[in-house]
Amino acid sequence: MGPHKVNITLTRRRFIKSVIFSAAAASSGAGWYMASAASNPAGGVERLVSINVNGRVRRVDVLPQETLAHTLRYKLGLTGTKVACNRGECGACTVLIDDVNYYSCSTLTHNVKDRAVLTVEGLRAEDGTLHPVQAAFIQELSPACGFCTSGQVMSAVALLKANPKPTRQQARDAMSGNLCRCGAYDHYLNGVMRASGQLS
Amino acid sequence: MPSNDNMPEMSLYQPVQVEDAISLAGTLAERGWLVGGGQDTYGWIKDRAKRPEALIDLNGIESMRGISETADGIEIGALVTLTELANNALIQERYSLLSSAAGRVASPQIRNIGTLGGNVAQDVRCWYYRRGLNCYRAGGNLCYADTPEGQNREHALFGASRCVAVTPSDTAPALVALEAQMVIRNAGGERVVAAEDFFVGPDVDILRTTVLRPGDVLTSVRIPAKWANAEFYFEKVADRNVWDFALVSIAAAMRVTNGTIEESRMVAGAVECIPRRLTSVEQAIQGRARNQETADAVASLASQGATPLNYNHFKMPLMNNLVKRALTV
Repeated sequence: MGPHKVNITLTRRRFIKSVIFSAAAASSGAGWYMASAASNPAGGVERLVSINVNGRVRRVDVLPQETLAHTLRYKLGLTGTKVACNRGECGACTVLIDDVNYYSCSTLTHNVKDRAVLTVEGLRAEDGTLHPVQAAFIQELSPACGFCTSGQVMSAVALLKANPKPTRQQARDAMSGNLCRCGAYDHYLNGVMRASGQLS
Repeated sequence: MPSNDNMPEMSLYQPVQVEDAISLAGTLAERGWLVGGGQDTYGWIKDRAKRPEALIDLNGIESMRGISETADGIEIGALVTLTELANNALIQERYSLLSSAAGRVASPQIRNIGTLGGNVAQDVRCWYYRRGLNCYRAGGNLCYADTPEGQNREHALFGASRCVAVTPSDTAPALVALEAQMVIRNAGGERVVAAEDFFVGPDVDILRTTVLRPGDVLTSVRIPAKWANAEFYFEKVADRNVWDFALVSIAAAMRVTNGTIEESRMVAGAVECIPRRLTSVEQAIQGRARNQETADAVASLASQGATPLNYNHFKMPLMNNLVKRALTV
């Protein structure tokens, strides 16, 4: 590698991404998490499929056993979808498929061909305006550490698409598939109620 | 080191005709694994505790979806999701026992993809077994849960035979109470099994929890009109409201005429490897009123004959109290 200028606009996120995708990562000792990004199980047959993510058709090579969370994060670079438990027990990986919320860690990518996948990256309007749920979560200071937030946002968006004026109990039930280890549940509920215009 | 974030190499078949799925299931037999919603499947495979060579994904088979009225009740495709079951107007109106049970499974996201077929065919939740230990159920020759130090708070009160795991399904007790019929197809044709005979304990087959054999596909579930619009009660007690499996659940269907119970079906979940019919309670309440007096008189019959393990005695009063609630609410 030749000498290069340090990019002063390099963000932490970009830095981490560049490390993940650089060859140096393999020997960096950063452990299994990066290995999971870099290593495909030997011999798996990838097939080129088209999936509709955030309104765009993306062509991507997909292993038979590959989960949607893996495809989104490590093949399409959409790291807004988080993977925490990877067992369908926490909700951090929640995405919308045809407007219904699912755990992307427990969905095969081969099952979403011809269906519309919406991730947290696809919520913002073209001019940069945040989705009402995102704006409400900021206003209500809903996230604490923030790791579960993109999943919470997606579950709230799914709820409001199906039921624009939920009661607080309905919102609680609808959000019950998303764990928050900081315990900020009521703050998220306030956010949902604000996003639905029921909190002023 | 393999990352347990990824599943190991497998083939994936996505048939769109039920005949193709049956043929694949027959050809692959033990090497194949039928997938509906996959919410029980992927954990097994990520943990390397089970290693099928091929997944047979049933999701493309439209004929296994949908809820339809038949001459005698309704027929529910095995791929109907738990959310659909919980929200279906016909089921809510006539068989609310089943919609209540389906609505209490796991979490909203799991109910959105989890299927009725998968919910009844899922494997037991004993953590020693799911950890991949070589216990009886995994083909080995010991049980880790039924030992002096074994953590068996969630395990069986009844019918243990080497394995002490319990049925994890919430819909199973409701289906047994409603006298559902399970429609199973394989290369040889179709057979219909009563829900009560569909589930098998470890004394019958320790490697499986249902009568499904390699090559079999559960295609639909029929609910007879017999219990339509009866009086129902479903309750699931678990440590948490979401994601959790039942410590004890109860599904009750009762025909009440002029204030007396003519006929009833009471089924408890999570106390035995199969949904446990409380026949002694059913007999004792026949001809009596559905009230507190009856409840107090019969409740203790529920847990009669239980053989608790070190840490699950609490399930006995829990069972009795759930019967009481079914009779008084």
